[in-house]
Amino acid sequence: MSALRPLPRWADIALLPVLNLVLAFIVSGIVLLLIGQNPFVALWAIVTGAFGNGYNIGYTLYYTTNFIFTGLAVALAAHGGLFNIGANGQAYVAGLGVILAATALDTTHWLIVAPVALLAAALFGGAWAFIPGYLQAKRGSHVVITTIMFNFIASALMIYMLNRVLKPANVSGPESRMIAEAGRMPKLGQFFEPFNYTPVNLSIGIALLALVAVYVLIWHTRFGYALRTMGQNPTAARYAGISNSKMIIITMTLSGALAGMVAFNEVLGVQNRLVLDFVADAGFVGIAVALMGRNHPLGIALAALLFGALYQGGNELQYVISGLDRTVVVIIQALVILFTGAMEGLFRPALQRSFLLISPESRAEAAARSTVSSES
Amino acid sequence: MDISALLSILDATLRLSTPLLLACLAGLYSERAGIFDIGLEGKMLAAAFAAAAVAAVSGSVWLGLLAGTLVSVSTALLQGVAAITLKGNQLIAGVAINMLAAGLTTFLGQQWFRQGGRTPALPPSGRFGTIELPFARELSGVPIIGPIYADLISGHYILVYVAFAMVAVTAYVLYRTRFGLRLRAVGENPKAVDTAGISVNKLRFQAVLITGVLCGLAGAYFSIAQGSGFGNNMTAGKGYIALAALIFAKWKPVPAMFTCLLFGFLDALQIRLQNFELPIIGVVPVQAIQALPYVLTVVLLAGFIGKAVGPKAGGVAYTKER
Repeated sequence: MSALRPLPRWADIALLPVLNLVLAFIVSGIVLLLIGQNPFVALWAIVTGAFGNGYNIGYTLYYTTNFIFTGLAVALAAHGGLFNIGANGQAYVAGLGVILAATALDTTHWLIVAPVALLAAALFGGAWAFIPGYLQAKRGSHVVITTIMFNFIASALMIYMLNRVLKPANVSGPESRMIAEAGRMPKLGQFFEPFNYTPVNLSIGIALLALVAVYVLIWHTRFGYALRTMGQNPTAARYAGISNSKMIIITMTLSGALAGMVAFNEVLGVQNRLVLDFVADAGFVGIAVALMGRNHPLGIALAALLFGALYQGGNELQYVISGLDRTVVVIIQALVILFTGAMEGLFRPALQRSFLLISPESRAEAAARSTVSSES
Repeated sequence: MDISALLSILDATLRLSTPLLLACLAGLYSERAGIFDIGLEGKMLAAAFAAAAVAAVSGSVWLGLLAGTLVSVSTALLQGVAAITLKGNQLIAGVAINMLAAGLTTFLGQQWFRQGGRTPALPPSGRFGTIELPFARELSGVPIIGPIYADLISGHYILVYVAFAMVAVTAYVLYRTRFGLRLRAVGENPKAVDTAGISVNKLRFQAVLITGVLCGLAGAYFSIAQGSGFGNNMTAGKGYIALAALIFAKWKPVPAMFTCLLFGFLDALQIRLQNFELPIIGVVPVQAIQALPYVLTVVLLAGFIGKAVGPKAGGVAYTKER
């Protein structure tokens, strides 16, 4: 018999990630069991902590916003066969753009600040990804290594900027001055009372727009077609007249611009100033989100919501079960990346075999084969 | 700057470059065999935690070292299964390992010891002591050679000497043994190795195991030699610097040693140069020196100071023809 047949599309897109996700949860549960905690109590604490009331949901959506941006950033690059590990650095540097735009304009009105800051975030984030993109396209340096290096360079740069350049005289910590009230992004709580006192802001609307825009870009434009062609087969793309180097540069820049939106949400919408490490691990969560969401905007939206819920639920965990906190979520996240990304082949052979058994046409084939062999 | 200050910086250089060197050589085995390893950081971190935890509980530094190495090796095996057996994405496997190690060490540290993610301070028997080389005291009076031998070369942890000895061992293994030849071949052209009737996957697993052992030593160095216990995220990105050094050294053992010494020197200098005014330049921002290895790597990768070309078959799982 020849090699196993590929899985049906739905199983590949939905069933396999869900199976791997379940496995990640099971392993996390075992970790909890090993240290004498009840995994179901923890799970319930996470679920209620994420969705229990409007306040919790507001926080969940705020994290979701960040993860949509980084998930899209990683996914867009992945469609072109590029692995962008640098979303963290790109988002971090984008913060510089946002704060420069915001502090220059914040006495006017947020309707003026927001678009300029958005553009600045995209520009700075894009520029920080442009360099690795350019270097891969023109000088052959692997984008994975350069983006890792750029994460560290960004971190050093921002520590310097916050300590030496942006810090106002009357502040002791490494942070920029506050953005004036008029220039801040409105929080959703102002329009919808249950979200009061939560950081979710109008950026989530931009995240939803970005989902649609990326969908259209990848599947309904010439650029997207070229991008996917390059991702599938760079040689074929070149023969088809697609300039790989141009595509790599544009793709990385767009990816960095998307990652930069995190800064828009955090700096303009939540912190209202530039602080150290405001990106936290959003860039790395983006890898998990893109892997889980199979690089499709719909999948990314769901995966981002899942991780947003895990993050918020993980925060609440410490109030419910003493000794447990968000590091549990970091473990879950790592396991999700491990199982849905690196070990995604784990269940595939077994699944293919079981699909072979249950699919009607294969049964017909098997029947045909057995009659042929009995005749001979 | 007088001679004693210089000696103390060079002394610190040796101490700081040791974990880099061990991790860099670890990465060398794996990458020469065709497995990209960005999980060096995670393996070191896991090993540092395991070593400190076991050394703290048992009071034995050797048990700590053994535990660190075992944990690092099992982490390497997990990565090997993902990247070699299941043919998963090697880069993603590395990212997952790093994250898993960061999460699990913090989590288990807090659960077991309840000291904010730290392990208890180690008893003296749980730490490596420094080794006084023979005649160090007697020779210290001799001008020039004396202080260099007594202060710089003598008086380090055993792992420092192991690390530098490993450079010679690695060079020998890589270029003078059959295993080394096959290892290099499997990273360049696995098909040729396969055609010769040698198992590509077995060779790669052997390489990954060696990587695990060396990362284990590097991690243990952090917590039970240089430090006296594990602290949260104690490796602080050194795994990535080791990766940078590996690229900088173009995947060769002796250049790896010099690169690690250079990066270690930068690190030592950075500690010295805080608030130190240089002539002409003025105060160098500490961040600039910290970022230097990363910047240099990018510049090197861009081919501006020579070309860094890795093993050809790196990053791709080997599939036998059917």
